[in-house]
Amino acid sequence: QGKFTLLRDTRTDGSFLVHHFLSFYLRAGCKVCFVALLQSFSHYNIVAQKLGVSLAAAKERGQLVFLEGLKSCLDLVFGEEEQPGQPSPLQFLSTSDLRALFDFVRVSLTPAEGDSWKGPVLLVDDLSVLLSLGAAPVAVLDFIHYCRVFVCYQLKGNIVVLVHSNEDSEDEENELVVNSLCHHSNLILWAEGLATGFCKDVHGQIKIIKRLSLRQAAEQDLVQIYQYKIQDRNVTFFARGLSAAVL
Amino acid sequence: LVFTEEDKYDLYSSLLFKYFLAEGIVCGHDLFVASAKEHPDNILKELPAPLLDDTCGKELGDEAAAVKPEDFQDSMKIAWRYQNLPKMEASPTTHTKFGHYYDVSKKMSPELCQSAKWRSFYLHEELSFEPKMKTCNMNSGYARLLQSIQTIISQEGFDGSDPQKKQRNVLRIGIQSLGSILWGDDVCCSDTPEDAHSLTKFLYVLRGLLRKSLSACIITVPSHLIQNKAIMERVTNLSDMVVGLESFIGSERETNPLYKDYHGLVHVHQIPRLNSLICDVSDTKDLAFRLKRKLFTIERLHLPPDLSDTVSRASKQDLAGSAKLLSSGCGAMAMGKKHLDF
Repeated sequence: QGKFTLLRDTRTDGSFLVHHFLSFYLRAGCKVCFVALLQSFSHYNIVAQKLGVSLAAAKERGQLVFLEGLKSCLDLVFGEEEQPGQPSPLQFLSTSDLRALFDFVRVSLTPAEGDSWKGPVLLVDDLSVLLSLGAAPVAVLDFIHYCRVFVCYQLKGNIVVLVHSNEDSEDEENELVVNSLCHHSNLILWAEGLATGFCKDVHGQIKIIKRLSLRQAAEQDLVQIYQYKIQDRNVTFFARGLSAAVL
Repeated sequence: LVFTEEDKYDLYSSLLFKYFLAEGIVCGHDLFVASAKEHPDNILKELPAPLLDDTCGKELGDEAAAVKPEDFQDSMKIAWRYQNLPKMEASPTTHTKFGHYYDVSKKMSPELCQSAKWRSFYLHEELSFEPKMKTCNMNSGYARLLQSIQTIISQEGFDGSDPQKKQRNVLRIGIQSLGSILWGDDVCCSDTPEDAHSLTKFLYVLRGLLRKSLSACIITVPSHLIQNKAIMERVTNLSDMVVGLESFIGSERETNPLYKDYHGLVHVHQIPRLNSLICDVSDTKDLAFRLKRKLFTIERLHLPPDLSDTVSRASKQDLAGSAKLLSSGCGAMAMGKKHLDF
């Protein structure tokens, strides 16, 4: 309850973690607000079906609130003038102000009368896109802070956010956001491509960092490293060097 | 959204661009060509002619036959572990019938060109046209291009908005040299461009348009000119597939004996992972291209056999260095070696 999980990827695509958390929380009966900035609804729907969850059905019964960034962006750019009372959540494209996005999250996750869902969850895929679209890094951090106060502290819900990072990255704004988020996360799942290059049997390595040092000053963070291979409906994890291809 | 990083002199990337458009014509798709550099009419006049099935099969068949010498069939005595590896198939076999092949030495016939429905966008002709959309602080050239694409998609029903239209077609969009100074963007000129977000906003809106309609898009970008690498990273994240072409012209690799058969390397930076957890994982990602008189081929990079008696120390180190980069290419090298030099 009240946890902030950071998904991070380097040299590889960490979106399989997003699909996992989405189906995990929906199956657990939580109310999920998914801010999907990079892919269309049908992409997530098709993968979720393979994982055993129907996003369309979840949307119908009000368990899932889905913000399809690409579609909202088109409505904003090519659509008619918006009503003054209802700013588009993607308004930051023209104004660089993320408040409308936060209002969207707040309205979606505020528990309504007769709601019986367990704990609200905010899922964001992915945060680095906000920087590409003109938001300042401080604005992005403020947005996350507001969301944290609202979702984690007030509603005792969870937040899961995906960011991209690269070693030797020249994108300083992105690195600033990622480093700052790392310091404030309770759990970091870091998917990295193998340092030795591309491999068919081992798609990457995942580092699980449990930030125990946040709870108590003297505690050390617990770090576990596994390697993984992504399959059509599943991801298999194994200890380093013990991939099925080698054994 | 296929994003291609241009090679330095833009020889090979424009070839790839033309292949994409030619394939569209042959398949009967609609085309939309945008450029700020040369008029789209000229681009379309230079598309390669498609090879007819029987000539194509014969050409490839000849090549494949020449490549299989008999001594590969002998069982290996020392390097017997390599026997089990599949033979290195460098060029596509005649069994793969996906797509068409083109003859680069001939131009596509004007009748075939005319038969396709295509639209063009030449930036310098469109300057007077005011976009109706909200530009969101985007460069005006990009905004006009987006407006033009969106108009075509909605008018011609590529987004399924017209239920009357029974036959749905695919729109192939080709945009040449995006980000160059000709589009009015100074991303290629300075380290801190005036508007660093124009290109990325453009790509985001374009991505939205592509997802909403039956279209595919190829963009070529002179990435070697873009000084600000942060923008390249962001652009990579916003694209589905990113391919870089590195030609050997003018670089020291041109005279390197390792690469003597090839004209350049193909770097696959990102492959699309759409509608699925997994993505296409081929055996190797080391690819090189070469432009023969008639064909432009992309092959797996494999080292030529080290047959000479006096191999200098420098090239041996090069070989060792490259062998580290290759994942499964070493099999071919071992098979070809006649003199094992320990």
